Amino acid sequence: MIFVTVGAQMPFDRLIGWVDDWAEAERRNDVVAQIGPSQFAPNRLEVVPFMTPPEFRARIDAAHLVIAHAGMGSIIEVLQTGKPLVVVPRYGDRGETRNDHQVVSARRLSEEGLIHMAETPEELARVVAELESQPPDTHIASHAQEGLLDRIRDYAVGA
Amino acid sequence: MSRSDGKKRVLAVSSGGGHWVQLRRVVPAFDGHAVTYVTVNPSYRADVPDHRLLVVRDATQWDKLDMIVLGLQMLWVVLRVRPDVVMSTGAAPGCLAIILGRLFGARTIWLDSIANVETLSMSGRLVRRFAGLWLTQWSHLAEDEGPAYAGRVF
Repeated sequence: MIFVTVGAQMPFDRLIGWVDDWAEAERRNDVVAQIGPSQFAPNRLEVVPFMTPPEFRARIDAAHLVIAHAGMGSIIEVLQTGKPLVVVPRYGDRGETRNDHQVVSARRLSEEGLIHMAETPEELARVVAELESQPPDTHIASHAQEGLLDRIRDYAVGA
Repeated sequence: MSRSDGKKRVLAVSSGGGHWVQLRRVVPAFDGHAVTYVTVNPSYRADVPDHRLLVVRDATQWDKLDMIVLGLQMLWVVLRVRPDVVMSTGAAPGCLAIILGRLFGARTIWLDSIANVETLSMSGRLVRRFAGLWLTQWSHLAEDEGPAYAGRVF
């Protein structure tokens, strides 16, 4: 199963439309999308507007691949499970979010090799095909980096 | 003002989504202390079943009425919990908690979201004078007179 998520705050119909078209072209029946506050009427996808945190994690666990907007909540939740992740950033000038912070952060993290990023439907199809044939092994620890935890602990409970 | 058993009372505050996910990744720094979470969505209780969680108004648009309600709720939380430490990853609820926590003598920690690569968030800039420890997650944003960098949530 492929799980698509755009978070709960705003719709991201550009991404949902790309995935719906792709699923139609590929005749895929294994794609579930969490679409947020959106009226999108899909041809092929199974859509859910919102999920509770346990439902959300169950969907990620059941998926072999996740496609997400570049929200840090979605990115971190997926990386924690080690599932292959393709990220499509929201654009500020299209009103998909306030500004282009998703583009900048997604680029940085993809340069570091932590995520895969796509900015066109063609790129998305190509990256999905790549990851389905050869899933990468990216997996992050369950908590923040030790140096950060130490700094916070020292300040909070130190003399 | 710590308790007689040496445990600190920690208020861990954030809005929803990525701020909440990042907050939970730094709370292990407070293992052994008494952590109370404050956030905007009651369904997040499932994420922290072993902790007290208080729910406040969300104010994602910084709407005036939302901010007034949220400010009063946060004042009530701070008076009730009397935290030794206030920790936040953003945004509006954390900003208010850091300011109020500071006014009531708590040690205050702001960790700006990893989503802010080019500049600190608006709430991050607002809490500058109230955050005892003021952190960014991007080393290129750290400055001697500005935010410090000590690592990232992943």
